This record gives sequence, C-alpha cells and structure tokens, in this order.
Amino acid sequence: MTRSGENPRPAAETALVTLSIDGREVTVPEGETILAACTAADVETPTICWAPNLTPVNVCRVCVVELEGSRTLVPACSRPAEAGMQISTDSERVRHSRRMVLEFLGSANDLSQASEIADWSRAYGADPARYEGSADDGGGDLPLRPEPERVDEPVRIQDDLYIRAYDRCVLCYKCVEACGDDAQHTFAIAVAGRGFDARIRTEYDTELPDSACVYCGNCVAVCPTGALQFRTEFDLRAVGEWRPDDHSVTRTVCSYCGVGCNLELHTQDERIVKVTSPADHSVTSGHLCIKGRFGWQYVHAPTLEAGAAISGAPEPEPAAPESMPQPASNEI
Amino acid sequence: MADLHFSDAAPTASERRAVLAALGVDEESDGAVVVSHPRVVRAGMQRRKRMRHQLLPALHALQREAGWISPGGLNFVGRTLGVPPAEAYGVATFYEMFRTEAPTHELSVRHVCVDPICALAGAAPLAEHLRSQGHAVHEGPCLGQCERAPAVFIQGRREPDRVPADGSGPDSLLVSVTASTTGAPSLLRQMIGRDFRYSESMSMEAYRERGGGAALDAALRLGTDEVISQVTAAGLSGRGGAAFPTGIKWRAVADGEGPKHVVANIDESEPGTFKDRLLCELEPLAIIESIVVAGLTVGAEHGWIYIRGEYPLATQRLRHAIAQARSAGWLGEDAAGSGQPFDIELRRGAGAYICGEETALFNSLEGFRGEPRNKPPFPTTHGLFGRPTVVNNPETLLNVNEILRIGPEAYRSVGTEGSPGTKLFCLSGHVGRPGLYEAPFGMTLGELLGLAGGVQGTLAAVLLGGAAGSFVGPDAGELQLSLEDTRAAGTTLGSGPVMVFNDTADMSAVVERLAKFFRDESCGQCVPCRVGTVRQHELVTQIRRTGRSTEPQRELLGDIADAMGDASICGLGHTAASAVLSAMRLGLLGDTAS
Ligand SMILES: Cc1cc2nc3c(=O)[nH]c(=O)nc-3n(C[C@H](O)[C@H](O)[C@H](O)COP(=O)(O)O)c2cc1C
Ligand code: SF4
Ligand code: SF4
Ligand code: SF4
Ligand code: FES
Ligand code: FES
Repeated sequence: MTRSGENPRPAAETALVTLSIDGREVTVPEGETILAACTAADVETPTICWAPNLTPVNVCRVCVVELEGSRTLVPACSRPAEAGMQISTDSERVRHSRRMVLEFLGSANDLSQASEIADWSRAYGADPARYEGSADDGGGDLPLRPEPERVDEPVRIQDDLYIRAYDRCVLCYKCVEACGDDAQHTFAIAVAGRGFDARIRTEYDTELPDSACVYCGNCVAVCPTGALQFRTEFDLRAVGEWRPDDHSVTRTVCSYCGVGCNLELHTQDERIVKVTSPADHSVTSGHLCIKGRFGWQYVHAPTLEAGAAISGAPEPEPAAPESMPQPASNEI
Repeated sequence: MADLHFSDAAPTASERRAVLAALGVDEESDGAVVVSHPRVVRAGMQRRKRMRHQLLPALHALQREAGWISPGGLNFVGRTLGVPPAEAYGVATFYEMFRTEAPTHELSVRHVCVDPICALAGAAPLAEHLRSQGHAVHEGPCLGQCERAPAVFIQGRREPDRVPADGSGPDSLLVSVTASTTGAPSLLRQMIGRDFRYSESMSMEAYRERGGGAALDAALRLGTDEVISQVTAAGLSGRGGAAFPTGIKWRAVADGEGPKHVVANIDESEPGTFKDRLLCELEPLAIIESIVVAGLTVGAEHGWIYIRGEYPLATQRLRHAIAQARSAGWLGEDAAGSGQPFDIELRRGAGAYICGEETALFNSLEGFRGEPRNKPPFPTTHGLFGRPTVVNNPETLLNVNEILRIGPEAYRSVGTEGSPGTKLFCLSGHVGRPGLYEAPFGMTLGELLGLAGGVQGTLAAVLLGGAAGSFVGPDAGELQLSLEDTRAAGTTLGSGPVMVFNDTADMSAVVERLAKFFRDESCGQCVPCRVGTVRQHELVTQIRRTGRSTEPQRELLGDIADAMGDASICGLGHTAASAVLSAMRLGLLGDTAS
C-alpha cells in the first residue's frame, strides 16, 4: 500500500444512519459510505478506483457528489455516510466534475479497452478532443497549442502470463493495493514519480520476472482499463479474435490445494482464456494465487482434450512445473 | 509483512556506512539492527514499522554519499528498515533532491530557482554562467530566498549542503511596525534592534535574558485549559495559509487520547515565502520553546520539526537549539518540570511543495510518498502515525508565545476585529527594500508597499499569497490586508508573500511559470489535479504564444478550474487555477479575443 495504513476503515456497526440522496431518505448501517447509500437509493454512481474488495483510495474523483455544507464535492466511495447528510448526485457541479474527470482521462490515456469508462464518458458528454485546440486558436504563423501531453508508454511484454500497457493506465492504484496490503502482500509494484509523470513501477522498472512478483495475477484481475492484461487476451486481441460476448463462464473450485478458492473459467471457443474469482467469494475476495490463476493449461493438453470431458475427468494431478506457464522466475 | 524480495544489487561500503550513520546504528548482524536512539529500538515487525520513518534520512544519506539512490543502496535501506524496494523507489522518485539514475559527475549540485522573482532577477543567465563554469546545475522552484534573488542552493556531494548567500551577503532586512509599541504583539521584537545577531555561542541564559522562556513559564503556570482559552480569546488563526482557528485545533487534540504529536510545519515552499526560514535562522530557541508549549499544552509526547531540505542553515541552528533545550531540561522524561515526557525530532524534506500540506507531510515523515490523505478524518483525530496531531506553522506557534507573554487583550490591541494581531509579509520583486515585514492586519497594501520603499517603476500587478494566491492590479492600494477584507475582494493573504511586478516584467511569462509550477508540483494522485494542471499549463502556454485568448480557451480554462477546485483531494488542486484566472481577469495574459 502506498500510504500509511492507519486511516480508519469503516467499522461494522449495527447502528443505522439516515441521510438524504437527491431528496430521498435512505438508511444504511453506520460506517457505510455515501456510495453504499446511493446504491441503496438505486442511484448509479460511476467509480474507477473503487472496488468492493479493496480499501478505498479515493483518487479518481469520478464518484464525487455534492454534500450540503461542504465547500468542495466529496468522494462517495470513501466518505462515511452520516445522519442528516443532504446529498445531490446529479447537480450541475457534480455532472461537471464527473465529465471533466472522464474527459481528462480520455485526453491522456488510451481508453479503447476500458468499456465501462467509455460508457460513462458518453453518458456525461466528455469530449477529450477539446484539448487538441482548433485552427482558430492560432495567431497567424505562430505554433498552435502544444500537443496535449499523453501517457506514452511502450507495452511491456516480459513473460508468458500477462502484459502491461501503461499508456492505458489511469493510476487508479488498484493493482498496487492488490499486490500490497489488500491481498497479496508482495509489494512488487508501487507508484513512482510525481504528477503527470507518476507511473506504476517495479523498483528501477526492473523486468517483472526479476522483481518480487509471484505471478498471482491479482493486479490483472482488478485493473479497470486493460493496462494489465492476461497474455491470452492480449494475443487474441492482436489477431482480432477477442470476443467477450461469446464467452461462457463456468464456476468451479480450484483443485490444487484444500483452501477451496472458487474459480470462474472464462472460455471462448471451448478454450479457457481467463480465470477469475468472484470478488464477493468469502475465501478469495476475488484474489487467487498463480496456480488457480494460471495453472490451467494442462486442460488443453493434447491427451486430455482428446480424452474425457473435463467435468467427468478424474482429478488431474497438479501440473508439472514445466507444463505450467513460465513466468521465467525460479521463485515458484 | 511477507518476506521481502530484493535484487542482488549490494551497497558499496561507503553507502553502507553513510546509511548506518544516518540511522544512528551501531552494529548490524543478520539484519538485526541495534539502534542507539532508545526511542526506535524495536523488535521484529513492530520495529520495522516503527523504523520506516527513517526512510527519508537514509535516502538523504545515500544521495549525499553516492550522488544518487543506487539499487544497492536502496536494497540496503529497504532491508534495514523493512521497506519493500518498489515502495522505497516510489518514495525516492517523489522528491526533487533524489536522483535514481547514476550521475555523470562527482559534483555537488547547484539548484537555481527559476520562479518569478528570481527569473526577474536574472536566474536564467545565472544558471548559464554556473554551467559555463563547469558546475552541475538543476533548475527548480522557489528556494525561499526571494528577498535576495536570484537564489541558489547547493546540494552537497560528500559535503554538507549550503546556501552561498548565507553569511556572505548583507543580512536580510527585518522590519516590525509593532516592535516599538509596548504591550503590542511583535514576533520580530527580539530579532531587530540592539544589534541582535544569531551566534552559535548564544546560550540558553542569554536567550532567557532577552525575555525568552517567558511563554513556557506562563504555559506551565496556566495549564492546558487556560492556555487554550487565551489562544482562543486572542482570536489566533493559522499563518500557514488556511487561517484555521488555532484554539479549536488545540482543544480537539488536548481532548484526544495519547500518544499524540505536535508538528512544526517548516516546509515553507510557497513561492514568494521566506519568513519561516528567517525566523528559524535568527531565533531558533523561540521556535523550540513554542513547540514545547504546544506539546505540553495538548499533552503530546512527541514533537516533530519537518523543515524543507533546502534550508541548511535553519536546520543546523534548529538542531543546535534542540540540543540546548535538552540540556536545559525543556525536553526529556520530565519536560521543563511539567511531569510530562516530551521530545523533538527534526526531519528534512527533500524537495516537494506538496509536503507542506499537512497530511502529505505526515505521509512523508512516516516514510511514504508525500501524497495528501483525504479529509475527514482530520489530523486532530487521525494525524501523524494515525494519532491526534497538532500541526502548525512556526509563525502561528510564535504568536502563541506572544499571547502568553502579553495576554489576549493586549494581543488584540492591534489588527482588526476579524484578524487580530500582526502578520509577517514577505516582500519581494520590484520594491525598494525587499525583506520581511511585520505589520498589523488591516494595513493597506499601499501602506505596506510604502513601508518597503515603494514600488520601483510603474506597478503592473502584485501577487498576493504566492502561486496559490491571486494577482491584484495597480488600483488595489487601498485593499486592507486582513483575512476578511482580502476574502471579500476575492483574493487571499495565504502565508504572507507579496510579490511585486512593475511594467517591465513579462507578466505572461510570470503566469506561465506559475502554471508550470503546479504542473510540476502536483503529487499526481487525483485525476482533476494531475491532468488539470497539465491542460491548464498547455492552454496558458498557447495563449502566451499567440498573445490573446479566445472565448473557447477561456471557457476551457474555467471548466478546468471548476473541476480542480471542486473535485481535487487537497488544497494544491483547489488553488491551482486561482492565479491564472486572476491574471486573465486583469488582462495580464494578453488581449481577449472573442
Ligand atoms: C499545497 C499546500 C502546501 C502547504 N504548505 C505549507 C507550508 O509550507 N507551511 C505551512 O505551515 N503550511 C502549509 N500548508 C498548510 C498546511 O496544510 C496546514 O494548514 C498548516 O500547516 C496548519 O498550520 P497553521 O494552522 O498554523 O497555519 C500547505 C497547504 C497546501 C495545500
Ligand atoms: S501478479 Fe501478483 S505479485 Fe505480481 S505484480 Fe501482480 S499482484 Fe503483484
Ligand atoms: S495498471 Fe490498471 S489497476 Fe494499475 S493503476 Fe493502472 S489502471 Fe489501475
Ligand atoms: S489535488 Fe493535486 S496535489 Fe492534491 S492530492 Fe490531488 S493530485 Fe495530489
Ligand atoms: S471511485 Fe471514488 S474517487 Fe475513485
Ligand atoms: S527564491 Fe526564487 S522566487 Fe523565491
């Protein structure tokens, strides 16, 4: 985690608080956030850096709402609900700030694989092209506005398991949290640099196989923009064969050890293309280890495919190391 | 914390020695560190957590020794303090004074300020000249020496940091309007007149003879409740920029559960501000006294000084004063005979304006990136190390000393109803006598400029409050410098900088530089500020190039300003558009085309 862990998390209390969301009274348990109250009031709130299984970092600011009596807008995702709060979620100020956040991101990042952000951008009327300026801006022969600076990063392909394309990274901190205090406790990646130059990095941008990374893939699972992407997806996209609408999802239990992690096998054309775990699953909170996340390639081993159907097959032995996908690290 | 993974890179022997010396470590075997400072000896995980706040001192030591934070050095620091290398790297890359690429030379680095006042005074040719002489030069933001622009700070390579102007040029000018009035508050009273000069040999006795220690005596006599009620009755508000009532802050922390902290915020990085530097350089014992008063009043055990890294002389003198205070019994298990434990540690920043924001300061001091925290919760309940914390500007703390010395009524005898007492103003730029001026709140801008020898040439604009403040035009002479009047006029006093520009200044260059300042100094955490400051700077750059602004450009600037002001996490984003918008209103950015 990138900051002191000492800020309080909402405690699970039984007391209830009642507040007003857009003029409607809602009641939520004390310690819940304004976001939870919005959800209880059936008000949809855009979020980018918030996830149910991570500590709120409240950095993207797309979830801001207007709180009566507050000089500035407040982040719904992290601000605890208090009795008597008067919240507006659709005022001109709220819509403006949300639109600007989305527009800023669109002007700085490649959001082509961030479908949810793209949907909100449309809904809030974000127009990133505004920053490119127009011919009218120029004074005769003088140069136009400097090209709006964008996050410009080469895609990092350093192993067979996942890729990192930081030109899509909106710095939501989710991967850092998942790699750190919130799940994996490996601390392989952190935010480095400052301001617009801040980036997700290993120390000195060390290649992933040489870093502390244990290839749990938890960072990939929480990334909202496709900046972190499983190799399977990346390779299929490269040949125009990534078709999420055709995916079917099968829920199963990981067979490697006795913990009992639930897995969701995403298959396309009857091949596994991605493995996730439900964020609300009590065992995993959505987080897995390398075996559950990546240890499925034996399923497509020639003998198995030719033989019994997977569901009827005897419990497979854990894959031998050489049949596991190789992160090129001897840590595992 | 899981076992940490480090690369094979090893520190050099000298890097090891430098780090261990900075940490006060006596010996080291199997990673078990024995620390001589009794307060940081801890075992296991607890020890590691407790030691992380030594990260900045350790990185400073590496930088000075090797000229950069090398992978081997970083690994060593990470192992010793229990900090994952990726996080230590994230911290190192946050600060202007740390490099993470190997240097191509063995030189100390000359930091040259390129902010507006120094730019007017010839910073660019100076940097060029230094380069041509073979020096390593780094151009950066305001160094807090605007009264003697252009400013240079030398970051030492295997030698102490220093400022060439310290001790060489003439002393900076100090003026206090209230010092000669008996019974009126004056922070500078001790420092002006009677040929007062700081000297290393100045003893605690000499300080007491000059009237020092009176505030601490009064605080011990009066006790917590009475001190706080006097501070409240005096109407003291914070001088660090946000003007929050000090009494309310102290009351909340006094009522909180220990352990508690007091932090003196001497990060002073607002362009145009240099008052805290002079206060610390001239009367460091008064600063220490004021921190002890705050600590004993609110029942804190730990006092901290966070001072910007570019203030070597103030740092040295404060350290000396801490040692003197410890010998005099002000610090320790029974601080000043109060029966309470209280001690002070000093930490140097490493070049980041944002670390003056109180919650960013906490993170920085704890060894994390200097990213502000969301508020609430406020520092009074969840401050340094998550504990109740008083954080104040040193000028605020010295005002408490004055209140305890003369009483709240006499304190209110100067200033206005809404802004009692005096304010320190940092005058720089095109005025006759740049320097530090103490004046009662409510003095007009014209009077203040007159006091400082008047404007040189024809006034074009005055920037009040620094980069986070706003411009006023030549017609603002009658503006009363109080919190309420500046607020009503849509401007701010901030921490007290008054930067004066005459009609020879290229104002559009000044405004572009201010926009660049925010782009460079944004911590990058939240989207409105991280991207908004960049887009604002790009627009200002273009408007400057064309010499006029179009309606769509002005609308866009307004849209960016609204989002930064409404949706950013901290005050940096909230104020990042203020100077630009005021410049636009005053026509300092060229004509407005439709
Ligand atoms: C970007 C930013 C920089 C700041 N820098 C300083 C600083 O250098 N010194 C300071 O005393 N306060 C600074 N502040 C204000 C502090 O957050 C805080 O309000 C202040 O230290 C409280 O002390 P006071 O009540 O005595 O003013 C800064 C605030 C912001 C938003
Ligand atoms: S794969 Fe796991 S260990 Fe590696 S960076 Fe991602 S979260 Fe961290
Ligand atoms: S890589 Fe993905 S998860 Fe990590 S900060 Fe960037 S957008 Fe967020
Ligand atoms: S407003 Fe700017 S400086 Fe403050 S937290 Fe956001 S990005 Fe950082
Ligand atoms: S979702 Fe609330 S700030 Fe990002
Ligand atoms: S030191 Fe250069 S502007 Fe302050």
